[in-house]
Amino acid sequence: MKYQAGTYDIIVVGAGHAGCEAALAAARMGCKTLMITLTLDAIAMMPCNPSIGGTGKGHLVREIDALGGEMGINTDKAFIQSRMLNTAKGPAVHSLRAQADKTAYHKEMKKTIENQENLDLIQDEVIDLIVEESTVKGVVTRTGAEYEGTCVILATGVYLKSKIFMGEVNFESGPNGLFPANFLSEKLRELGCSLRRFKTGTPARVHRDTIDFSKMDIQEGDEKIVPFSFLNKKLEIDQQPCWLTRTTSETIRIIRENLKRSSFYRGDMEGVGPRYCPSIEDKIVRFEDKSTHQLFIEPEGLDTKEMYVQGMSTSLPVEVQVEMLRSVIGMEKAHIMRPAYAIEYDCIDPTQLKPSLELKHIHNLFSAGQFNGTSGYEEAAAQGLMAGINAVLKLRGDEPFVLDRSEAYIGVIIDDLVTKGTNEPYRMMTSRAEYRLVLRQDNADLRLTEKSYKAGLATEERYLLTQEKKQRTAEAIELLKSTHISPEDANFILESLDSSPIKAGVSLYDLLKRPEISYKDIKSFNKLDIDAFDEEIESQCEIFIKYEGYIDKQLNQIDQFKKLEAKKLPEELDYTKIDGLRLEARQKLNNIKPLSVGQASRISGVSPADISVLLVFLEQRRRQKAVKS
Amino acid sequence: MFIDDTIAAIATAPGEAGVGIIRISGNDAIEIANGIFKSKSGKKLKEADIRRLVYGHIVDPKTQEVIDEVLVVYMRAPYTYTREDIVEVNCHGGIIPVKRILQLILRMGARMAEAGEFTKRAFLNGRIDLAQAEAVMDLISAKTDTGFGVALDQLEGSLSKEVEGIRNEILQLLAHIEVSIDFSEEDVDEVTLDYLLEGSKAVKEKMIKLHETAETGKILREGLNTVIIGKPNVGKSSLLNALLKESRAIVTEIPGTTRDIIEEQLNIKGIPIRLVDTAGIRDTDDIVEKIGVDKSKEFFNKADLVIFMLDSSRELTQEDIEIMEMIKIKKAIVLVNKTDLPQILDLSKVYDILGEKNVIKISLMEKTGLSELEDTLVDMVYKGDIKTKDHIMVTNIRHKNALERAIISLEEGIEAINKKLAMDFIEVDFKNTWDYLGEITGDTVGEDLIDHIFANFCIGK
Repeated sequence: MKYQAGTYDIIVVGAGHAGCEAALAAARMGCKTLMITLTLDAIAMMPCNPSIGGTGKGHLVREIDALGGEMGINTDKAFIQSRMLNTAKGPAVHSLRAQADKTAYHKEMKKTIENQENLDLIQDEVIDLIVEESTVKGVVTRTGAEYEGTCVILATGVYLKSKIFMGEVNFESGPNGLFPANFLSEKLRELGCSLRRFKTGTPARVHRDTIDFSKMDIQEGDEKIVPFSFLNKKLEIDQQPCWLTRTTSETIRIIRENLKRSSFYRGDMEGVGPRYCPSIEDKIVRFEDKSTHQLFIEPEGLDTKEMYVQGMSTSLPVEVQVEMLRSVIGMEKAHIMRPAYAIEYDCIDPTQLKPSLELKHIHNLFSAGQFNGTSGYEEAAAQGLMAGINAVLKLRGDEPFVLDRSEAYIGVIIDDLVTKGTNEPYRMMTSRAEYRLVLRQDNADLRLTEKSYKAGLATEERYLLTQEKKQRTAEAIELLKSTHISPEDANFILESLDSSPIKAGVSLYDLLKRPEISYKDIKSFNKLDIDAFDEEIESQCEIFIKYEGYIDKQLNQIDQFKKLEAKKLPEELDYTKIDGLRLEARQKLNNIKPLSVGQASRISGVSPADISVLLVFLEQRRRQKAVKS
Repeated sequence: MFIDDTIAAIATAPGEAGVGIIRISGNDAIEIANGIFKSKSGKKLKEADIRRLVYGHIVDPKTQEVIDEVLVVYMRAPYTYTREDIVEVNCHGGIIPVKRILQLILRMGARMAEAGEFTKRAFLNGRIDLAQAEAVMDLISAKTDTGFGVALDQLEGSLSKEVEGIRNEILQLLAHIEVSIDFSEEDVDEVTLDYLLEGSKAVKEKMIKLHETAETGKILREGLNTVIIGKPNVGKSSLLNALLKESRAIVTEIPGTTRDIIEEQLNIKGIPIRLVDTAGIRDTDDIVEKIGVDKSKEFFNKADLVIFMLDSSRELTQEDIEIMEMIKIKKAIVLVNKTDLPQILDLSKVYDILGEKNVIKISLMEKTGLSELEDTLVDMVYKGDIKTKDHIMVTNIRHKNALERAIISLEEGIEAINKKLAMDFIEVDFKNTWDYLGEITGDTVGEDLIDHIFANFCIGK
């Protein structure tokens, strides 16, 4: 029995990290939004590692925050340890990572969603989509409810036809003992979506009291906590430590002896797994000469004794897992509370999506997160946010909100997905970004907040904060340029810093260019009012001045890049009809339907000669149109 | 893929005209020309009148070497063919001055134009009409289909391999940097600046060596050193004249040599050739002895190729056999001339000493066999049969240009290491190096780097 259950502007299917961002963005932009999820107890669940951020991923969270998303704010509420990674390297790759209390993270997000105006939350399973004339009109749930919606966002995570593997044992299940969603896949296939199977895995959780931490190295959080959200200037908490330990030769022996029993090596699984989180058996087979592997023991939260064993993901049978874990230093008496497992699920080939994350062949249907072939909470949240914003803009008849590769890591991830597709669960890495020096975590707000504010998501408070940061930085740089120091005043300090003396007066700006001189040193010249600028501004100046040469180099490259991005390609273009394009290029272009010549140039199989042909064709077309009108 | 940078190319047919023209188009065209042009009057080019020829010299700003005397004209956008600023350099014809000036222009920051790119720009900037656009398209898509491309590919095969090797070494350095950035928490050794310095210096050396093949690569710059030998009256002068007629070569005297030996520069199917003509040696019957003395010996030793001529209407002499013994160790083409006369020569003895390969029968009188000679010569060059001192050559100006940019980027990277800058900055220079080299092999940045990381480092949760 079906019944009419309500009408919404936007319906979000799933309440994981993608779903939460999508629903919050839509509701905050003023749309009547419905979020449907299999269980309200798993909103913003972290089924794998208990941390948010890390290299590349930390950048994503900062960008989500700058755009007015929730992940950064929520992490700031629920973290129990914070570290800035890569501080020994340049500012572009400094990356924030926080250990989160999983329960707190879930609770805080649920609270935010429950209190969000325009947002309804309901527990149910979506089993069908209502599609008329290639346009989505709503969803049907397992209880028979039919919801009408102008736009629908699919954020189904790993739940579609998911199956869990532990050695010889396998069964249909979502992560963490939750129900899988077994109906939607078929419906999507019927609607012409091409699906494939990916897999991922998670290590065991072990009881804290059965671990001997005295044999392990402790890893504390940073003394000075940098908040994830640009809205939070300062945070102080009691931080929890993590521990570092290693596998032994005994671990390798146990794994080798039982290799045949691993689900993966048994050939039970058809899914493609990510190379960057291989199972422990995979690591041992592929890197034979490594006699030991490093493991991190991380708390799952404050009010639980479950500990996450990072580095021990496996699809070996549970009895082998016990033996294997007990061979690890300090884990001799380890008691497994939740065994490790591998999980396989259906996801979409993301080249079926537009850069707005709308499906090319079904209007008003968007998708985000692991369903799009990515991996990781942060990657999912980033897409969810973009899908949410774009669904609203679509509904309003506005241009889509697309970030390009020179503007954000979010731009990189989405461009990669929709232009090149992916053959494994896609993870963000800083090396995927061509313009890494410009896409820093410290300037995500300067890069993105204004854009989001104009699109209608970022709040005025956020916008004003960013404008102030921009202005204060400019003032500080001006001051450094106009303030000069004489050799008498400078040289004795320079000497103490092992920096060569000056012969004539120089500006503080020029002194700051020296690698060995920091802003702090500059302040010791007493030429600046020490309290004039806060640390954030100081660090902006330092980065801007010290790395000006390199940053300029990238800005020039970005200029060139932007020129091809600005050459827009009409969506309805039939590439098979363009003479001069090679056959392969015609097919690829017709399949991807790039938005710009720049995007076209990144499609594998499209050559520079094809791009030249496209440019000439566009000009030809423009003139033909001009003649007609 | 840029759409508005400054491009340059040779506008005249290569190596065959009395005057050569190099055209530069784009925002920096005039600036670039100013950097290498010294007018007779001492005025800068931009101070001269638009569209008026200015007399002066092209001078390498690095070495102050005068490359050629030239007439230069500049035209301001939008009143030009491409509707961009254009400079045209008129220099002496012949492959060498034209190419050297072009190389200099590229070194100053212009990019080698793609096939049809001037016309493409003319069209995109609204200069030429719609009907012509079709022709531009054809030109662009026909680019890779020229017959000569095949032979060129064979030559470039070995270059690609060499460049690919160098690229792989950079890839390894890059992968180390990326792993230490993206997986800094993982169990991998932190990459040290020393390691990067050592690695990049080794790579730089290889690139410089490769670049030298372009700088000194004899075939490109000086031409293929070829010596014609044979008894008097065998037809050496006729051969020379026949080849010259085909290629309209310039006859030059070589300073420091006697008038007996003259060097001709000619161009056979795009290959520049320096033909040393021993036809001038007439005073003595004993050619072997003559070759042994003076400069002629040096020329023989230096020769990349020997063309040995025989008279098929006469018996093989002791002298012929001596010459053959002498050229056995050289790359040689045997020309059996005078096939129009009654055939007396016993070729089996020639085959015994030199083998049957590269023996060509011709008649200079009846003008037969010449094209076969040219084909054989081209084949030998492109199949690598003729090896100059360095086997792998950078012959293509575009490749040379890319290599130069790669070296500059790597040098910047080394400077960054010396300044102890952070990894992520060094990475930018290494990545640029890698990209520039990729322009030679036609590979673009793709998943290579990420593949390399996962294949070689044990990382992951």
